[in-house]
Parts: sequence; structure tokens; C-alpha cells
Amino acid sequence: MVKLAEWRGKEVFRKYGVPLPKGQVARSPAEAEALTRSGAVPLPCVIKAQVLAGGRGKGGAVKFANTPEEARAAAEAILALEFKGEKVRELLLEEKLPIARELYLSFTLDRSLRVPTVIASGQGGVEIESVDDSAIERVPVHPFPGLAAYEKRRVAQALGLSGNPAKALDRLLDALWTLFQREDAELVEINPLAVVADGLVALDAKVIIEDDAAFRHPEYDDIRDDRTPLEEVAREKGIAFVQLDGNIGVIANGAGLTMATLDVLKEFGGNPGVFLDLGGTDDPKKVTEAFLLMAQAKPKAVFLNIFGGVTRCDTVATGLVEAMKQVPASERFPLVARIRGNNEKEGVEILRSAGITSIPTLKESAQAVVAAAGGKA
Amino acid sequence: MSVLVDEKTRVVVQGITGHQGTVHTRQMKQFGTQVVAGVTPGKAGTEVEGVPVFDSVREAVQRTNANASCIFVPAPYAKDALLESVDAGITLAVIVTEHIPFHDMLVMYHYARSKGARIIGPNCPGIAAPGKAKVGIIPNVVFRPGRVGVISRSGTLTYEIVNGIKEHGLGQSTCIGLGGDPVVGTSFVDALPHFQADPETDVIVMVGEIGGTAEEDGAEYIRAHVSKPVVAYIAGRSAPPGKRMGHAGAIISRGKGTAETKLAALSAAGAKVARFPYEIPDLVAEIVAKQERR
Repeated sequence: MVKLAEWRGKEVFRKYGVPLPKGQVARSPAEAEALTRSGAVPLPCVIKAQVLAGGRGKGGAVKFANTPEEARAAAEAILALEFKGEKVRELLLEEKLPIARELYLSFTLDRSLRVPTVIASGQGGVEIESVDDSAIERVPVHPFPGLAAYEKRRVAQALGLSGNPAKALDRLLDALWTLFQREDAELVEINPLAVVADGLVALDAKVIIEDDAAFRHPEYDDIRDDRTPLEEVAREKGIAFVQLDGNIGVIANGAGLTMATLDVLKEFGGNPGVFLDLGGTDDPKKVTEAFLLMAQAKPKAVFLNIFGGVTRCDTVATGLVEAMKQVPASERFPLVARIRGNNEKEGVEILRSAGITSIPTLKESAQAVVAAAGGKA
Repeated sequence: MSVLVDEKTRVVVQGITGHQGTVHTRQMKQFGTQVVAGVTPGKAGTEVEGVPVFDSVREAVQRTNANASCIFVPAPYAKDALLESVDAGITLAVIVTEHIPFHDMLVMYHYARSKGARIIGPNCPGIAAPGKAKVGIIPNVVFRPGRVGVISRSGTLTYEIVNGIKEHGLGQSTCIGLGGDPVVGTSFVDALPHFQADPETDVIVMVGEIGGTAEEDGAEYIRAHVSKPVVAYIAGRSAPPGKRMGHAGAIISRGKGTAETKLAALSAAGAKVARFPYEIPDLVAEIVAKQERR
């Protein structure tokens, strides 16, 4: 998924007419000072680190300034932060507004109902998980009629809005509904949504774009997610790859089988560290690439667990044998293979002639790889 | 009887001239499925694996009385393919294609429903009733006719488990791979009543994964409506907390969605819970042995 930083989310908001505070992005203390001195960002202002992690306020990543000098100092302090492992590269400077109330509003998918849902709460500005269920309104929106007037009134009522702010909410909900669909969003969230004077203003923006819709949204291509460099290479090659602490590398096909493999390894005291899901492929080259990628993660032992369907066992075996030839002797690691399913006999034979034995049962193969990695973690 | 497919199922393969379409048409035929037509716009008049190809699903249905579709069309065009098949009168569409945007799937699901058609998938291995018909890509080698029904959210893990049931000397009535996407055409709750009603199914195996609340919803249905024994497995008990779908997603599935909540719900509903895939056949065999003693 593509998580947009606040300032990028607000650029999208602006395109759809969502009301925002006056603001600008700065990348240096000097820039922050200049923006406030010229009046491009009115004072007093708030200065916020543009990182994806939450809890910025408590973590010192949000500061206030009354003068250009203060803006410079605040910018300098925030840019020096590494916030929850993320380096701060951009700052968002925005005018500080007199706020009457803080609300919560979001659009997301309800998987059970299979419809988009509006979530609204009169208790904004705090983590929504900490808000009591009774203070949260969920309004499912059927995709065919779309967002209806009575549903918008229900949201207004839940937020305790009437008069002009209710009218502003009506326009805001239409804008977010259009945005949610057109941008292929998984989540559009405003927390807090501020009631100011006679209207509403989005003080924060959280927008997540669905990966599967990337083919019709090239505009998000260059926005990097929080991936490690190896994860990034894997993504480019179409391989699902997750890197964590642990010393056993797991190559499987399919998310369910990969997870089941982890469950079994953990049971026998193993410590799986890198998971690589081949997905469906019948190209031995992709298997070779996946394997070489795994080698770069330097596992103590590797478990190959494949159940052949679209991905045939002989394809995997061929790709694996080719990869083993390319890994230098000094970087080799113990390998335990288990290949079952389509073209199993052919695959097992290819492995055998390369000196690799396929162990047919999940239990025994898992025990073998845990032992190869040095036993229980 | 079996579930959703049988000897009378007549399959049209959408995207039949592509590599996967061709390979799996052959395998569906080898399974014994009546694959009666293929569709690839612009390729009418040709044949694939002895199956006539048409330009549209409408023509394919008119000429061959196809009533089920197997969709291999690439993700950007899958929505159109599904709408086309539903409009042509297809009542069961298995969507194998992966990476379909869920916003598309929302439209597909509600449109199919409005026309009385069922979708299985997307991003799923499909459905098979051994000895009768298969619509999808589950490898033929894992099957053997029998009386165990399998409903699974996974792909290859389904093959693993179905194969385990076979290697244990048991067989399957019908197996459905639902797919693990955020929006699926058929969920556990949608599939369970069919297995409960199927006279050829004695035991139901349910294979779930962490994330979402489909298993909890299924457990609730089992508690209220399923009298047949259920064996359940949830993959991902030891998976590290994944990249979450943000705060709003957590609100929707508040207090649900983890392996613990799913297993607790299924257990409370009376299901026998397997801790590992290879425990499933043993649990099923125990139940079958008890049923035979009766």
C-alpha cells in the first residue's frame, strides 16, 4: 500500500476541495523562517514533521511558533529528529487556528459487509482506538446509489453539527466519497477535523492508496513505502518479501502456506527471519532471482516449502539448482527442500541429481531446517 | 449432489487463449469438467484444447449453453469480464485473477448479486467436486472422491490440506478456495449453508487466515446453523503483526482478526481446532470413525 505523508495527503485533499489551513512545505530551517516572514504561512503557526508514524504530538515532532525566529528554531529541532526510525525530510507549516471542537471522520472498507463505510466520532484529536464504541458511528455506504443525503445527515447528527458547519460537512462528505473512489483509497482519514468559526477544517490527513490499483495511478509510483532495500528490489521483481529478525529463511508459494510454514517452524523452536512468497509463477528465472535475493539476506538455513499448482515443482527445482550454482561457496547455507503437487516427481528428480533431497512431510522437513539453523532459538 | 458445481456444470473460460487459460482448460478437461467454450475478444473461430473460442460471453452462452465461467483475464480488464459474463446469464463465476482493485470488486460483487449470480474469488483457486467438475486451478492430483467438504481462504495451503486428506485415505465431496482478498464474492458464511445442506458432505474443514473477520462471522454461523462436525485451522498464529490497515480498519474489526480471536470463536462454536495443517486429517479421521460407529 502507498501511505501518503500528511502534506501529500493534503495535496490530494486540495484537489477535491477539502477545506485546509493555510500552509506550506519546508525542507530547511531557513525555508521555514522565510515562509513565515513573507506571510506565506501566517503566524502563529504549527510546524509538523512529515513522517508516517503516529503520535507526533507527544513525540516532539510538532511544535508551535509565534515569530519567524521561533519557526526557524522549531524547524531545526524537528529536522534533527529521527522519529520512530524515520528520518524527517519535510516539514509542514500551517497557520494556527482557533478551534471550537475536534472531530474524527474517515472512509474505509467494511470487509464483512462488502461496502465502504463512513466512521465518525465527536471525539477527535485522539487515537480512535481509544474512543469508546458508543461514541463511534459507522455508516455503511452502498456503492451503487452512492453516498445519500440521509446518510450524510446521520453523520452530521453523530458529530453534533447543525447550521453552517453541517452544510460544510455535507460538502466535505461528498468530496471525500469521490476521493475515496477515484483515488482507489483504502483509507481516507481526518483526525482531527476541526470546527472553526462557521466551518470545518482538516487539520491532519491520512490517505492510503491500494497497491492493486497502481496500474491506473502512475502519479503515486515514486512514493516510497517503509521498505528495506531488499524488500524494494523484491517488489520490483514481483516477489513478496518481508525481512525481520530471525535466522531461517522461508521460501514458499502463497500467503496461507507461508504463514502455516512459520507456525510449524516456531512450534519446533525455529526463528524464521525472512519470508519470501513466490506467488504463482512458471518461470524458473523468477525462482532463481528469488533465491539469490534470499541469499543476500544471509540466513543461517533456508526452508523451501512449495506446493505446486500454477507454480510447478519442476520449475521451482530448475530455478533453485541454477541459483545454487550462482551462490559462491563461501556464502552457501544449509537448504531443506519440500516440494509437493504438480510435477512433483520431475521436480524431486531434478533436485536429487543436484544433491538435494526433498523431504515430503511438513513436520519432518520443518524439524530438519530448525536443526540445520543450529537448533532451538 | 455436491456444492455449487456438478456433472451439469458447463464452463466457459474467459481469457482462454492466454497461457494460464490454456493450461487450466486442459487440466479442467482432464478432471472431467465439461469445458464447452472459451472467450477472447478478437479470437472467435479458433480452438483451444478442442474448445471453440468466441468473441463474447453472450455468443458463447447462446451457442453452448455455458452456465459457469472461469476468469483468467488480467486485473485491469477483470471487472469488464465479470460484468459481461453476468449479463450473459452466467450464474457462477470463478475469478482466478489476482490483484484486482477492491473498488472494482465492490462493483462486481454487488452487480452479480443484483442479477442472482455468484462469484467465487477473486485471487482464488476455485471450486472442485471430485468425479464431477472443477472450475479453477486446484491441481487434479490432490483429489479423491469422498465425503469431506473443504472451505478455505488460502490457495496453495488448500492444496496442501486437501492432499493431506487424500493421503490419509479419505476423500472430498467439494472443495472451495474463497480467496483472501479484502472483498470476496463468497465468504465462509456464504459457503457454509451449502455444505450443511449437501447430503454428500459429512464433515466440513474450514481453513482460515489471520486478518479480517470472515472466520469469526463463519464461527457465528456455525454456532447457529451448522449441525455437521467442523474441523478448523487458522494460518498465521505466529506471524509477526503485519502492516496494519490503519486505525479505521482496526475499528471495523475491533477485538477481532487475530488468530486467538478466530480460534476462540471457532472453538466456542463447537469446531475442532487443528494447530497445524497436518493435524487436520487426523481430526477428520477421528470424526469419521465416530460417525461410522453410530
